[in-house]
Amino acid sequence: MEGIKTSPVGSDKPLHISGAEAVVRCLLAEEVKTIYGYPGGAIMPVYDELYKFQDQLHHVLTRHEQGAAHAAQGYARVSGKVGVAIATSGPGATNLITCIADAMIDSTPIVCITGQVGVHLLGSDAFQETDVIGISTPITKWNYQITNADEIPEVFAKAFYIARSGRPGPVLIDITKNAQFDFMDFDYQKCTGVRSYKPEVEVDPQKVKKAVDLIDRAKKPMIIWGQGVILGNAESELKGFVEKSGIPAIWTILGLSALPTDHPLNMGMAGMHGNYASNLLTNQCDLLIAVGMRFDDRVTGDLNTYAKQAKIIHLELDESEVNKNVLVDLVVLGDCKNSLRLITDGIKPNAHPRWIQKFRDLYQIEYQKVIKNEIYPTSDLLTMAETIEKINQHTEGDAVIVTDVGQHQMVACRYARFTQSKSNVTSGGLGTMGFALPAAMGAKMGAPDRQVIAIIGDGGFQMTIQELGTIFQTEIGVKIVILNNNFLGMVRQWQQLFFDKRYASTELVNPDFVAIAKGYHIESRQVKKREELDEAISEMLQDDKPYVLEVIVQQEGNVFPMVPSGACVSSVRLE
Amino acid sequence: MAKKTYTVSVYTENNVGLLNRISAIFLKRHINIDSFSTSESEIPNVFRFVIVVNIEPNRIQKIKSQIEKQVDVIKVFYHTDSETIFQESALFKLPSDVLFEKRQIQNIIKNSRARIVTVSREYFVLEKTGFRHETEKLRRDLEKYGLLQFVRSGRITVTKSKLPITDILEKFKQDDTG
Repeated sequence: MEGIKTSPVGSDKPLHISGAEAVVRCLLAEEVKTIYGYPGGAIMPVYDELYKFQDQLHHVLTRHEQGAAHAAQGYARVSGKVGVAIATSGPGATNLITCIADAMIDSTPIVCITGQVGVHLLGSDAFQETDVIGISTPITKWNYQITNADEIPEVFAKAFYIARSGRPGPVLIDITKNAQFDFMDFDYQKCTGVRSYKPEVEVDPQKVKKAVDLIDRAKKPMIIWGQGVILGNAESELKGFVEKSGIPAIWTILGLSALPTDHPLNMGMAGMHGNYASNLLTNQCDLLIAVGMRFDDRVTGDLNTYAKQAKIIHLELDESEVNKNVLVDLVVLGDCKNSLRLITDGIKPNAHPRWIQKFRDLYQIEYQKVIKNEIYPTSDLLTMAETIEKINQHTEGDAVIVTDVGQHQMVACRYARFTQSKSNVTSGGLGTMGFALPAAMGAKMGAPDRQVIAIIGDGGFQMTIQELGTIFQTEIGVKIVILNNNFLGMVRQWQQLFFDKRYASTELVNPDFVAIAKGYHIESRQVKKREELDEAISEMLQDDKPYVLEVIVQQEGNVFPMVPSGACVSSVRLE
Repeated sequence: MAKKTYTVSVYTENNVGLLNRISAIFLKRHINIDSFSTSESEIPNVFRFVIVVNIEPNRIQKIKSQIEKQVDVIKVFYHTDSETIFQESALFKLPSDVLFEKRQIQNIIKNSRARIVTVSREYFVLEKTGFRHETEKLRRDLEKYGLLQFVRSGRITVTKSKLPITDILEKFKQDDTG
């Protein structure tokens, strides 16, 4: 390959080894400790080497390839390192596709390795042959098919470099079986650059100056931050900027946990089920400072009415996100860790007490109309929000919360409290049901000293329920809370609000989840009554073992506030 | 917003699968590609894709940055027709008998400045390089003589102004030799 810069690893003389062994040695050279996968014919030579290297590289056998790659995602999201998943050709490879698409849209650094039929069989419709390069092209940051063992070190080095640098993303390496068997001289050089790829952009001081000027002059400024802050390890820079500028800040769900929940200038969640103030005041602020976020439609609603009164500054690493959805007045390209620091240095210390009071007043309205009833319900039936609130009381905001997709996800993002970053793991962009259970396994292994709690709906839980087997076999101490309303709740909510309550295929007749968990030898309990909830959570969190807590919640609860799909953010509804 | 014709020039590394990766960017946005051609560029091992699309002006910059974001893509430019010099090539295969029997066809060939590539007992082949409307006119003129085969290439383009790519590639060359 042309134009790759490298730096040597170790000083060993080249080893004459098989391609399969080279694959394992590449992973070790990249300091990979854990990989998730599922064996099969076309990847067996690599598995044979994994067997030999099991003391140095922990392979977690999942129950489905989707579980493997979601676990790699969960691992990457909490640790900031590259997650690795491995599968065989054909169905093994196609089962990774949803996860790769998820990692692409949520900028998660993962490397997926797939076996492929031998090079002489390519294109012959051989057993378990599929064109995974073709299939994965639009949803990978980069992909490559290795047909020759000699290519392995260079391609792996490039893959890890690309996955983790710049705006991170998924990379897929497909390796034909002959390349695994063939011998080669192994000499691993870490990749430090690719000539056609410029992941880092120097921050332009002129743009910083303009941003400083706009910020100093603003009367009603507002910050909206996204996952770019977390991916860029810019949490303390964000905090410094927020505090010196005195500007209220709101977050997208992937940005959640970058600033502690109880920070006085953390004004809550943006978007469809975000806080009342965040949405209303987006259309009243005079300056919107967007940091490491991409103006997703679930955040902006109708683009023609989004923050039209405001000047907008966009701090962004990925140039292709600039003016993609929202036309902005000033772009500060580059790593937000640098741009935030430079802007903070330049601005005058400020405070906006009257403007901030508006957020507080609107919070009171939201509290009275929505939050109070959700956290302290008057009905007998448990709510999702009071369960989250109860978990907060036990964890004091120190846990990693992994959510699936739907009502429980929105409720968890709204109500879970966080004291540290990289603590909220969810499928934001793709909205992949089935994400949480395997992602929580990876999260727990990526942050073994932290409490990891998966919050999952009864629908999504059944999409990857088989991973309970992995949790049992691998003894992964995740805590699983099923918020069971016997419905595909978010779809049902839309049916209620926008389809005249025609509940088409959203009611679920569920199995006995406790019995299933126990079938996998995992401690489990069901809670229906409020008075049992506290004690059950306590029991769940008392040791390091996995636990499944099924909470029966009200069947037809709705998540509010809500900006209806495609509507203006200031048309946010409280009921 | 009225659509416009843009010629997108994509300088890339010579890697398998890039064609798919680039065309997928258009597919994802439901944009039909009018013409697509690729060849090695002025720098060895660096390829140039020339893609012609008819889209709204506010979309072309987004397309450019989406393509440029691809790891193996070096640089992307887009130009309107007036900013470029562009040509297409066409080949026309006709039965040989018409060449001798129909006097008119000799005038067509002469006036169109087409070139005879080969002549055999059964057929002869004409080549014409020019603008779309020129090759199109020749096709219409020849249709009545029993056009056996017709094929037209994608557009090839050079820009009137200097492209900054030359400096980037020059640096690559220095890096490679240095």
